[in-house]
Amino acid sequence: MESVRTQDVSFNDLPWKIAHYPERCTMCGSCVAACTFNAIEPAMTRRSLTVSRKVFPEPVQEHLTRPVILQKSGVENACVGCGMCEKICPNAAIAPVRNPDSRFPLLARIKGPVKRGGRTNLNAQRTLDSIIVGRISQMTDPSLDSERHTFDIRSPFGRVLQSRELPLRVEGDNLVLADKTPPVRWIYPAVFSDMSVGALSTRAWEAVALATAYLNEKYGMPVRMCSGEGGMPIKLLVSEQLRYVILQIASGHFGWNRIIKALPKMKTDPAGVLIKIGQGAKPGDGGLLPAAKVAPHIQAIRGVPKADLLSPPNHQGLYSIEESVQKMHLSLNAAFGFRVPVAIKCAASSTSVSVYNNLLRDPYKICGGFFMDGIQGGTGAANEISLDHTGHPIVSKLRDCYLAAVAQGLQGQIPLWAGGGIGMTGNAAADAFKMLCLGANGVIMAKMLIQLLGCVGNERGRCNSCSTGKCPTGICTQDPRLIKRLDVDRGAENIVNYMLAFDSELRKLLAPVGNSSLPVGRSDALVSTDRAVADKLGIQYAC
Amino acid sequence: MCRIGSIKSRTPLHPSMALRLMLSQQEGHDNSGFAMVMQDLAGVFAPYKDKPLLSLACTDRGKQIVSDYMDKKGFVQVFQWMPEVDLRPGLRIAAMPAYLFRNYDYPENMRNAGREARDELLLDTRLALRKLLEREESGFIYSFWPDVLTLKEIGYPEDIALYFGLWEDDGRLMAKNIVTQARQNTNYAIVRYAAHPFFLQGYTLCANGENTFYTKNMEFQKSLHRGYIGFESDSQNFLYTLHYVLHELKWPIRYYKHVITPLPFVETEKRADKKELSLIRESLAHLEINGPNTIIGLLPGGQMITCCDSKKLRPVVVGGDGEMVAITSEVCGLNTILPARDASKDIYPHEREMVVIDNDLAVRRWNQ
Repeated sequence: MESVRTQDVSFNDLPWKIAHYPERCTMCGSCVAACTFNAIEPAMTRRSLTVSRKVFPEPVQEHLTRPVILQKSGVENACVGCGMCEKICPNAAIAPVRNPDSRFPLLARIKGPVKRGGRTNLNAQRTLDSIIVGRISQMTDPSLDSERHTFDIRSPFGRVLQSRELPLRVEGDNLVLADKTPPVRWIYPAVFSDMSVGALSTRAWEAVALATAYLNEKYGMPVRMCSGEGGMPIKLLVSEQLRYVILQIASGHFGWNRIIKALPKMKTDPAGVLIKIGQGAKPGDGGLLPAAKVAPHIQAIRGVPKADLLSPPNHQGLYSIEESVQKMHLSLNAAFGFRVPVAIKCAASSTSVSVYNNLLRDPYKICGGFFMDGIQGGTGAANEISLDHTGHPIVSKLRDCYLAAVAQGLQGQIPLWAGGGIGMTGNAAADAFKMLCLGANGVIMAKMLIQLLGCVGNERGRCNSCSTGKCPTGICTQDPRLIKRLDVDRGAENIVNYMLAFDSELRKLLAPVGNSSLPVGRSDALVSTDRAVADKLGIQYAC
Repeated sequence: MCRIGSIKSRTPLHPSMALRLMLSQQEGHDNSGFAMVMQDLAGVFAPYKDKPLLSLACTDRGKQIVSDYMDKKGFVQVFQWMPEVDLRPGLRIAAMPAYLFRNYDYPENMRNAGREARDELLLDTRLALRKLLEREESGFIYSFWPDVLTLKEIGYPEDIALYFGLWEDDGRLMAKNIVTQARQNTNYAIVRYAAHPFFLQGYTLCANGENTFYTKNMEFQKSLHRGYIGFESDSQNFLYTLHYVLHELKWPIRYYKHVITPLPFVETEKRADKKELSLIRESLAHLEINGPNTIIGLLPGGQMITCCDSKKLRPVVVGGDGEMVAITSEVCGLNTILPARDASKDIYPHEREMVVIDNDLAVRRWNQ
């Protein structure tokens, strides 16, 4: 007898085990072809089987070889639970099964820090779910009819001046604008947040862009999409649809060469510029696009060779918030003739209130929005240790920033946009509404968009392989064979349909509190069933 | 829900007219109080129209606090009127021990001061007195302003009227403008400061309905002006916004409507003044109201205004007969005090309209 080599890795050490049912399997091979992680393979097994070969039953036991599908046992071939095998199998003969006794976190680190995409797997608490829209209009202030009333669902993006500073001159019974003011755009209160061409496949990025344009042009919903760091296709930069896109600049400056060269040819201004300082999924960790995903077209858009593309964790040469305002905001404002709002995106942090206060006091009045991203935000690639152990919950941080502005009478001057886990449970409208009541002008969402495209990743360790270049859904990969798996039109349609439902659901929440415009800062509309949450956010406790 | 009303007349009126206007709308209030602000006074106050008039309900201790403070600040009392109250048993009123209406001359160093400086002094004095009276729980100061008198009390309006002798048209208490409210107390404890109309530096306002944007209005207003205090009622927000738009920003009156009920974005887009309207909406987003409300306001110059929420969820009606114009919640109020008017000319302002009644009783209607 052979002794057990206990240190060998077997598939019961891995996070997912493949359950295969040979009696249903036709050995068509589809599952093996579909598995991008090379986690399964066809194999021959020797089995003791009872068979009967006569025209009448004559059972005999024989040792026979039979083809089966077997899971590979190496760490590098670990099944990620994406379920593509199950999806493609015509006979339901195979499926991944979560292994509660996985030793994977120990085994995987033998080759260095674990990298992955997706959201934090540890901090999946849902503050928003202990909050209820509890101030329902009854009798004295009637609820509205979400189907019949009209609703004014728009949010500001841009630097808002205080009323005393407005350059308005009285002429008879009228006020007349007497000078220039910073650009402010009223947009839909949900921004499709920054996912770059590179992190996403071109087709996935295109699907989000297509949905954005469709929502604007067909349904009049002024949804804006942020490009992500990494530039954009020239075709779109010089199209009318650029007005739906917020261009992102981040610490790697990827793609900006193209953007700047396209400036003279732009037919219209972009919706805005978003300077990314950090993101909630991996604050202080910088951007990461593994070489596996730097395909030729990504090299072209970003102007780089095939290599790991690392955006530094900070903007080189940036010393302080004041300097950021002077250097980055001013230069980007100037680049677009002071016609385009320039906002900033930071990871939520214990220091967010100080940063926001500093921006509010900026004498140039040039920061057009403070985008904050909480720990539950997603990413295409990060060290798992950053994903799970760094960051800050967004709900209380958003509230802190809003109340800091209230204390100074400056609420609304720099619009607050918050994200990181919006729509995590599938209902983004409820999340958005609660964030608005707590003081956000709007929300940013990204991960749920790719989930609408077909991403199967989740917060319980399923897939999250965005960093590998092997995305089984063709969303986070640049492999042309995999990209073809994604149906762009169907993906865009999913996003459009979701956003139409989002809009209806937002009305369904506005109507019972009796409001036809957004209740930004209307914290009295909320109650919490959790005393600690209620106390922290300054809302009513209810039980 | 409250019932609100106002009357503007060519000739001075007695408060009984306001009572008749409101009592006919009895079904809409719950006898939790009655209040009124009178402006452009006649009767006993006629000789003192330029002397700030203090309206006060207090205890004896409160009286002393006020007298001491006013003496210390150099105000000189020139006239005092105390209503003769009816102490018959059984009146349903939570009366205070004393009601004082005193005209003062300005302190000597302020007699030649400009209007703005005097306005600020009067506000500061009222705020200081309020603080002192609150600290010792010894009274309530409602207004301190030339030619303006405020009376508020908790109880049944008809009993309040009997208590103060408001039914007696004896010519002593009269005004050309009266703004009044009969209360329906819902959300808040019955406190006198929560009773409309509210007054600030010449601006009077009463409202009905619920201000669903109370929290965001209040949080914003707190830091806008030192006079924006109290917030005992969610309708004080409307007064403070009126004061802010007209007195602080000095914008034309029509922009009050643009601030509290901004046009929908799709409509703003079609307007020639869309840039101005957008800027106003951006800067004053936290002063928007979005609930069911009607507002009646009285401006320092005597203009009376009314408008309602953007969905017309609280109606109001305006009617007149050439001698008098009244604004009120229900038409039965108008029928009581203006039975001979041409009711076909009554105005039911719509959700985008603002109605302004000038001192010559000309009624102007503006669409937002």
